[in-house]
Amino acid sequence: MPIQILMPALSPTMEKGNLAKWHKKEGDPVKTGDVIAEIETDKATMEVEAVDDGTLGKILVPEGTNDVAVNTPIAMILGEGEDASALTDGGGATRAHKPAPTAPPAKAQQPEMQVEPAHPPAMPQVSAPRQLQALPEPDLPEGTEMVTMTVREALRDAMAEEMCRDDTVFVIGEEVAEYQGAYKVTQGLLQEFGARRVIDTPITEHAMTGLGVGAALAGLKPIVEFMTFNFAMQAMDQLINSAAKTRYMSGGQMHVSAVFRGPNGPAARVAAQHSQDYTSWYSHVPGLKVIAPYSAADAKGLLKSAIRDPNPVVFLENEILYGQSFPVPKLDDYLVPIGKAKIARAGTDVTIVAWSMGMSYALKAADELAKENINAEVIDLRTLKPMDTDMIVESVKKTGRVVTVEEGWRQSGVGSEIAASVTEHAFDWLDAPVTRVTGKDVPMPYAANLAKIALPSVADVVAAAKAVCYR
Amino acid sequence: MAVASSKSAAQGAAARRPSAEAPAEVPDFNQEQELHAYRRMLVIRRFEEKAGQLYGMGLIGGFCHLYIGQEAVVIGMQMAIKAGDEVITGYRDHGHMLACGMDPKGVMAELTGRRGGYSKGKGGSMHMFSVEKGFFGGHGIVGAQVPLGTGLAFANKYRGNDNVSLTYLGDGAANQGQVYESFNMAKLWKLPVIYVIENNQYGMGTSVARASATTNLSQRGRSFEIPGEQVDGMDVRAVKAAGDKAVKWCRDGNGPIILEMLTYRYRGHSMSDPAKYRPKEEVDKVRTEHDPIEQVRSRLLKKGFASEDALKKIDADVRAIINEAAEFATNDAEPDPAELWSDVYAGCHGRCSR
Repeated sequence: MPIQILMPALSPTMEKGNLAKWHKKEGDPVKTGDVIAEIETDKATMEVEAVDDGTLGKILVPEGTNDVAVNTPIAMILGEGEDASALTDGGGATRAHKPAPTAPPAKAQQPEMQVEPAHPPAMPQVSAPRQLQALPEPDLPEGTEMVTMTVREALRDAMAEEMCRDDTVFVIGEEVAEYQGAYKVTQGLLQEFGARRVIDTPITEHAMTGLGVGAALAGLKPIVEFMTFNFAMQAMDQLINSAAKTRYMSGGQMHVSAVFRGPNGPAARVAAQHSQDYTSWYSHVPGLKVIAPYSAADAKGLLKSAIRDPNPVVFLENEILYGQSFPVPKLDDYLVPIGKAKIARAGTDVTIVAWSMGMSYALKAADELAKENINAEVIDLRTLKPMDTDMIVESVKKTGRVVTVEEGWRQSGVGSEIAASVTEHAFDWLDAPVTRVTGKDVPMPYAANLAKIALPSVADVVAAAKAVCYR
Repeated sequence: MAVASSKSAAQGAAARRPSAEAPAEVPDFNQEQELHAYRRMLVIRRFEEKAGQLYGMGLIGGFCHLYIGQEAVVIGMQMAIKAGDEVITGYRDHGHMLACGMDPKGVMAELTGRRGGYSKGKGGSMHMFSVEKGFFGGHGIVGAQVPLGTGLAFANKYRGNDNVSLTYLGDGAANQGQVYESFNMAKLWKLPVIYVIENNQYGMGTSVARASATTNLSQRGRSFEIPGEQVDGMDVRAVKAAGDKAVKWCRDGNGPIILEMLTYRYRGHSMSDPAKYRPKEEVDKVRTEHDPIEQVRSRLLKKGFASEDALKKIDADVRAIINEAAEFATNDAEPDPAELWSDVYAGCHGRCSR
């Protein structure tokens, strides 16, 4: 029975990729381990190997095809004694094949490197990259042209624009240069700006962060990339004790104008040590600014502002959002002010406060709620510190109800802070208790079903919003 | 497992001090250099004695780590560098600031937590800085200044200037992991940084022999091929000579270098030191036989560079400077309460995290 070769996943978050090249033609004999095709995504390239002996019976997806969904059959292999007529039987047995990454290995735990035999992706939280609903961008000149780009491209462009503008800006981190970024956020920067300004470090988060802070004390503007913020715990002392406090300890003489950025929060199926949301940790610390954008436009405008800011800024990105597309204003110098939230969807019945990935749940929940005649207002905080409490309070005065959404843990989370602020500043306007939707109070499990329960969901947000509306 | 008694640690320290064995190899100072070193070291000594007094009077609070005994290290190194070079150290930092030329009044007023202090009274003993004098702190977490100093060197290389970063650490910090992460990057990128390990024989109350698997700290860069040497840190001439060589090494583009200064702290780790971990005789012996200031003083007299009267005049001048600093630090006002909220963020005055 012919064997189907399926489009493999290169990483847990990949949903589709390009079929770059066929190394075998129809009719060619193939042996186990032969490279038969090359797959690529915006993040990585991979060779597909045959895991059965036979003949390449039929190519189902021609080379050069883009956006082939994971698990789509791309070819059929005929076993010994089978001929092309077997293909007409339709279907065929699906056989896992063994893909081999061609990219150089980086950190062993790095999600991209977890290349597994293709299987149905068990990522219920992740929808296919798509054009999300256009959000109103406040304060844009009338008639501003919008271009669609991914969060990843927006972040890259922000760094490139600021590096063009200011020679003291440089990027430093693990795999940021030759590998083009573990998540391809720094793609092309090495080629554009050279090795002086785009610097690969050893795997050395603690001293790499300290080195960045030292360079900032000397007047440079480092962008320190953490491969993920999970690894920044190694550097916590330098972030808090050196970056955040030196200005104060020096009576204002010293500046640490630096950005510490990278993906934060749970990705997909990477288990407890690689799935943590640090938003509340950093937002606890005076001296730090903390930003966590959702849309590509905010990612671009806020990263540019962060690079120019004279303070240390922790810039929390999200791996799952990297590949999502949004409209971005086509302006020479698009800046979004730090510390300003925005109303992503206006409403009257309940205020949902979210940021970063939490916005995905919040916006979808608002759609669901609308079907039940609950008109939710969704606030995208964008900056966590300083927090735009005023906007939340103003909204609560209108709706009388608040639901917060975050992937981080419940105790001492950002939602707790919002609840306290709302209580302090809008107690008389509240018609229901402030309600938090958060990650469950457990380390992130690996199993797909457990991981799904551990994270907030659209249903959780809908249920919380209905509860505070007494519906 | 208490292997090394404080007695054996002290003997080890004394035996390793090169000055006892080969003083002849040290290049001589001329009259001007000897007088300069004498005066500058004396300023630190008298300053620290005064700080100890003010602490006893309750005018200085919190942690206060005195530098008495180690003065030759910072003065000798300062004589080897130029304006534009950066200096950074840990928490035993008063000597470094004075060596850099920071005003004793501003340093003392910071110790007493007054508005005229270098950090407006918000930093204290362990956290002072001076952009003007190239002093970058003043850091309270053992070893954390090492990556920061490496970053200063990185900025020099990035800018293409010929400045050198003088990054001080103690024998205790020499066992911190981030020190070795820094060594690796410094060598990898040939950064102009001199790691000055001030080995005063004790990390708090733990002798080097009881804390370090290998006690020749100058060789801690070997696996990165960072050269290093042990220097008699009680002889300001030996320090300057080693400093000159190290500075040239860095300015010539050879990357980092390590100088292990064999030195000694007379006072306790901080003001609340139990003084139980080393015998009093050990301290007395170093004081009598190796004191960095006495060494210069006796040479000045022996060579006829200065008379007793001339030295008395210097002593009196220095005392006057320190008394003036103490006077200022005692009478200066405390910071305005509004200062609580300033300097948390740049470009923002008052409470701005809300």
